[in-house]
Amino acid sequence: MNRLQLIKLSVIAICLLSSVIFYQSVKAQGPVQLPTHPPAKSDGKSLVVQLCDGETNLEVKGVKPGERLSSDQAQVVSNQLMAQWLAKQPKEVAEAWMKENLTAKESSKVSQPTNAVSASTQDQPIDFSVRDYQMWKKELDQEVTYGDQIFHDDKLLGSTNGVSCAMCHPHAANTHPETYPKFQIQLRKVALLRDMINWCIENPSRGAKLHPDDPKMRALEAYIMAQRKGTVMEPGKH
Amino acid sequence: MIPLKWEKRLQEYLKNRETWMKELYQTGNVWEGRRKFLKMASMAAGFAATQSFVPHSFQLVDVVNAATPETKPFTFAYISDSHLYEKTLNERFVRQLERAVVDINALDPQPDFVLYGGDLAQLAQPGELKLGAQILKQVKAPIRMMVGEHDWFLDLGDLWKELFGKPYYSFDHKGVHFITLMSVNEKDFWTAKGLSPMQRMQIVSGLDDGRQSPFEVGEEEREWLARDLANIPKTTPIVVFSHSPLYKLYKAWNFWTDDAEQVQALLKPFQTVTVIHGHTHQVLSNRIDNIHFHGMLSTAWPWPYAPQGLPKLTMQMNRPDPFNQTEGLGDGIIDVLGNGRVNKRYDLWNRNPLFVSAQYLDSDGASDVPAKTTLSSY
Repeated sequence: MNRLQLIKLSVIAICLLSSVIFYQSVKAQGPVQLPTHPPAKSDGKSLVVQLCDGETNLEVKGVKPGERLSSDQAQVVSNQLMAQWLAKQPKEVAEAWMKENLTAKESSKVSQPTNAVSASTQDQPIDFSVRDYQMWKKELDQEVTYGDQIFHDDKLLGSTNGVSCAMCHPHAANTHPETYPKFQIQLRKVALLRDMINWCIENPSRGAKLHPDDPKMRALEAYIMAQRKGTVMEPGKH
Repeated sequence: MIPLKWEKRLQEYLKNRETWMKELYQTGNVWEGRRKFLKMASMAAGFAATQSFVPHSFQLVDVVNAATPETKPFTFAYISDSHLYEKTLNERFVRQLERAVVDINALDPQPDFVLYGGDLAQLAQPGELKLGAQILKQVKAPIRMMVGEHDWFLDLGDLWKELFGKPYYSFDHKGVHFITLMSVNEKDFWTAKGLSPMQRMQIVSGLDDGRQSPFEVGEEEREWLARDLANIPKTTPIVVFSHSPLYKLYKAWNFWTDDAEQVQALLKPFQTVTVIHGHTHQVLSNRIDNIHFHGMLSTAWPWPYAPQGLPKLTMQMNRPDPFNQTEGLGDGIIDVLGNGRVNKRYDLWNRNPLFVSAQYLDSDGASDVPAKTTLSSY
């Protein structure tokens, strides 16, 4: 084996090795795995319904596996399951749940959409309760707040030179998420907002770019878009 | 060492500037116009003495004009808002300030002095301020320092004052009275919350951080200003340096001075007042009665235009290109005209310079309109 072959071989080896490392690192950054429950045990004769805690089971006598429950039957089953679950809980947990359940029942009586102009008696009934709207808002606000933190904190962003997003974009000004996707010749592709976020992380902030599904990337997008609420969509605008 | 491409661009700047100045004089520059007028007036007076004929109205105007002292035109330059971190953390901001120093040192003729517009440091760390002081020592022309909030809120100005002297002062130069203000005082928001000096500094360093107080000149300094102005003739041109704009633009970003009206009231009796401010990192022009306002460019990063409150006389600079890290940055010069008004030149590093003349502001935007933006802020 001469010297040239040796060099070729080592280049190939390095390439292979680095691609394996790259694959692993991409894999490691992949979507967060949610917990799964083992399937409920069944003797195969009756349908077994499991509660979302993954532990509380109920065998429905007279209903075979695969058969469909009527909605009345299903309600009875779910009530029984919840009663079982409640019985297992410590007193304070059970009480808190009862209280929350009561609030939910109360609030579901008055459904009031936040996006409707007005809710008069002539409106069609709406399936969403106040609690639904409250829950959605809370969840979104949490995501936006997390994005806000990352946007304003160079360390949280992974910047290595002290440059945070907000240093050039106070309140996410001039981030114009409404103009994506658009072709960016510098990126040689049709860029999405996340591509520009990653460009900013890598260049002005000298950090490592985020996986598109990284919780930080999702939160940053949520914050940026929340700042531009109500703006007209103009994909392709430069 | 100046890169070759940059040197070429600099030559272009200077050439453009020369042409522009020539054109300005030809197309009715105020100072030149007045000089001609006075010459005509004195001829008329001579004529009246020999001919016993008095052109009455002419003389009356002449008196008014004679009361305005003429100043000899001169130029000063500015560098502002460098936001230095220590070199080991961020070398780019350091290089950019050095670029501005090279820029100003290459001006020929040299400016009478150089104004440093504040925010030399990012977090007022000793390493940052001392690094800045060291770089600014390379400026050939005399330097006048102004403080910004990023220099101040770690130790409330202790080190800055040790390095650069008084945070507010006045001086006279060629018939113009200059005043440097410390306009970024904030009411105490930290003691009650038990914040550390570093926490306080970090909150103030966030432009959109609503936990801080609005900027203000403050009562003590306003009293000083009133005393300082007491013996200045109302015809003397005044040029004020302040880090924050001395008017109310956009509170959420502290593009704002809370006691702006009170400071403006002190300046109102004077015929010719110009305010040169930093903080906004952009081309920004305004006029409130007798006061002209000009912003300064940053050497660190450009700010977007505020979503509200933009003065109607502001001709926006093009939206900076995020793929070019020195876009929207630069330094510039200020030409003080014979009447004490100023023409402002923004030397944007990657573009042609932008001029905002006294004539443009005096005419309320009717004449000598600066070049329009093609890429406005979102």
